[in-house]
Amino acid sequence: MDLLGYGAFFLTTALIFSLVTLGLNLQWGLTGLFNVGLAGFVAIGAYTSALLTTPDDAARLGGFGLPILVGWLGAMVVGGVAAAITGIATLRLRSDYLAITTFGVAVVVQLVALNAQKLTGGPFGIGFIPRPFGGLAETPLLFNLSNLAVVSVVTLIVYLALEHLSRSPWGRVLKALREDERAAISLGKSARFYRVQAFAVGGAIMALAGALQAHFTGFIAPDNYLPALTFQVWVMLIVARAATSAPSSAASWSGRFGPDREP
Amino acid sequence: MSDTTAQQRAETRTPVLTARNVVRRFGGLVAVNNVSFDVRPGEILGLIGPNGAGKTTMFDLLAGSILPTSGEILLNGVLVSGEAAHRRIGRGLGRTFQIPRPLPNLTLIENVMLAAQGQAGERLLANFLTPRRVAAEERAAETRAIELLELVTLARLAHEPARVLSGGQRKLLELARVMMANPAIILLDEPAAGVNATLLEVIIDRIRDINRSGITFLLIEHNIDMVTRLCHRVLVMASGQLLCEGSPDEVARDPRVIEAYLGGAA
Repeated sequence: MDLLGYGAFFLTTALIFSLVTLGLNLQWGLTGLFNVGLAGFVAIGAYTSALLTTPDDAARLGGFGLPILVGWLGAMVVGGVAAAITGIATLRLRSDYLAITTFGVAVVVQLVALNAQKLTGGPFGIGFIPRPFGGLAETPLLFNLSNLAVVSVVTLIVYLALEHLSRSPWGRVLKALREDERAAISLGKSARFYRVQAFAVGGAIMALAGALQAHFTGFIAPDNYLPALTFQVWVMLIVARAATSAPSSAASWSGRFGPDREP
Repeated sequence: MSDTTAQQRAETRTPVLTARNVVRRFGGLVAVNNVSFDVRPGEILGLIGPNGAGKTTMFDLLAGSILPTSGEILLNGVLVSGEAAHRRIGRGLGRTFQIPRPLPNLTLIENVMLAAQGQAGERLLANFLTPRRVAAEERAAETRAIELLELVTLARLAHEPARVLSGGQRKLLELARVMMANPAIILLDEPAAGVNATLLEVIIDRIRDINRSGITFLLIEHNIDMVTRLCHRVLVMASGQLLCEGSPDEVARDPRVIEAYLGGAA
């Protein structure tokens, strides 16, 4: 029984990571945007949802005691907007410069989480984040299985929505920009407009994953969002791509790993 | 004969494309120096000149890939000099590249469908909010894309990735792709370069067919045989300036042109 509970716990964590990876796949796999600061967007989602849903705390701003679902939606909106702003400011930069900038953004977010004590609780983090099915906490197996079910459904919905998008004309434009920006522009596609969209949607998905994890564990602290998180997710994406590298796989979302170099 | 009357008619209408005193400097180099010309509706206008004459820079200026240092570019009488490249195709200006730029990992049909303009499905939310409209537009675009691939003799490869194409086939794919946007004028950058003789005939035939359907062409070409066979009128550039213009025969006999090409040896 304990093993089953642990299995459910493990799978939930894995699914949350795979949700972050889906966001990164939209940015890098489909659009060719080299985001090395994804931990920042995960953190923004986690903190936003925590602030919105925790009970009032005199030591810091909020919490506002709102329903969990509102916290998740809020996390997506704030994460998406943060990514869009980052995008507008940096997407003129290509590959390596974009990487440096996004890395910087993530470091800034983590330092704000660590030092803006009035907002984020500083190094002590935020506790008492409401957990879905918190009433079942007495029976860990049931609690873990319920969480697993919720996270599975959310991941499935995001996966299906992204699959739909990657096959849509919108996804085709992103792939075109990844492969040859100048050709795509000559066909009437605004590189900047689509890149910002892809970056924002990817950021919103990462933020949602951060929020899910915050509500699953019930406690967050700045240490959860160190650059190591970013590199873990990158490793997941790279390994996943290596496993699905069949060149004919138009169904796999970008067909291949990484953007084309300019000839 | 009918060509001549068509041209006379064309001369009285608003030019499809106009360059007015266009200058482009790169640091100390004046790549395009005070160039003015009109492209008349329905004509095939050739732009020739020795290497380094500024032809491709002129193309990039017309297509909006780079902006002029001074001067004006008008598309169907509308000033577009400061407008971004991606907006010009919506105004009816399509272009191809000297080295073709197919999207190598997209299939041929995806390459062509990408060029359809104003597709609802290119808006993120429309894919969820109005899926039926998106699907209907996609079906229409697919049908049109197949027609265009048939026109350029590539329909049998429609579902292959574009990377399998030869150099000449890539030029044909670019032609089909730009046609998908229903342009009023197409800029072709060296359509004959690196293309074998058989495929070159196909390209020439297709350009003629498309031109007969009312689409104007401006083409850069080094293959003088192709220029003579296709173009109604030819502009000659040398050292960034417009040297002369006229019918292909007149231009070929012009001593200034011969000197520019042969560096005074003739």
